[in-house]
Amino acid sequence: MNRLERIRRSLTKKTVPPFEIGDTVRVHVKVVEGEKERIQIFEGAVISRKGGQNSETFTVRKVSYGVGVERIFPVHSPIVARIDVVRQGKVRRAKLYYLREKKGKMARVGERDFSPESKVQGGTAGRAKSSQAETAVASEAAVPAGKA
Amino acid sequence: MTNGLLGKKLGMTQVYDGEGRLIPVTVIEAGPCRVVQVKTPDRHGYEAVQLAFGEVRERKLTKAELGHLKTAQVPPSRWLREFRKLGDVQAGQVIKADLFQKGEWVDVIGTSKGKGFQGVVKRHHYKGGPETHGSMFHRAPGSIGSSSYPSRVWKNKTLPGHMGSERVTVQRLKVVETRPDENLLFVSGAVPGATNGLVVVRKSKKS
Repeated sequence: MNRLERIRRSLTKKTVPPFEIGDTVRVHVKVVEGEKERIQIFEGAVISRKGGQNSETFTVRKVSYGVGVERIFPVHSPIVARIDVVRQGKVRRAKLYYLREKKGKMARVGERDFSPESKVQGGTAGRAKSSQAETAVASEAAVPAGKA
Repeated sequence: MTNGLLGKKLGMTQVYDGEGRLIPVTVIEAGPCRVVQVKTPDRHGYEAVQLAFGEVRERKLTKAELGHLKTAQVPPSRWLREFRKLGDVQAGQVIKADLFQKGEWVDVIGTSKGKGFQGVVKRHHYKGGPETHGSMFHRAPGSIGSSSYPSRVWKNKTLPGHMGSERVTVQRLKVVETRPDENLLFVSGAVPGATNGLVVVRKSKKS
């Protein structure tokens, strides 16, 4: 499997901004309308990340005019032009599917202090990133996540 | 040159085409294959090119096999297969993955995964009977023929038996990407056999 893994890694994008579950992101999506190509922005909370290497996807959920909308984006797709992290969320789950059944204030993700530096460091090593996130969540564990 | 070469299935993944569409692909390590023998109508009665692929330790081969490879100064190889001859070929020549370009159509031949002894539902897609409601007929084949005529079972009657581990050809798969320096071919869709299995990649008969 090692050989295939190396090939799969070679099919990934060079740089993917480090973002985590619960973060609010702005996804710049390339949309082709006839001849023209333009950028559409989809902003919402990342509620799941699935898969690995070149087949990784993430789900972004937003509430648009009272209707919940979810879009699944492949991380390494060329139509995902850019991903901006707007704010970082404080969550205790890897999958935030519980947000689907919540309404109003309960359907929000708590905010964590925005620290781009720590994220950039974490982005270089996957393990380091997750352990950092755990300690960050643990220090603020007094407040239940998602109910702030 | 030949109409194809030997390769090893490395597994499946996905790539994006120019318009951002996702295409499932099988990665094949194709070649390098060495030409062991060029068969001619005069000497052998037909025209073909014999290719060797896959490194193997010398002690794994018999002296007869080693001697055969030695005549063309080919290192000990695991597999030998014959291909059509196209143009000029010399024994000892190396056939590489650059035989195929991006966008070409290929046929891939492999040995399907073995399924063991299987019943008719899995092996021949019989419908089977109801699971419940007092049914006593579940996955059995049912009647396999008539009585007085023909008083025997027709030939080719589909019955339970061994399934899989047979030669399977998948025709007309597109070469989505090539990496000649890494001996890699990315072929759209699935390819018969397990990972690390031998596959034959040849020019498509229906291109």
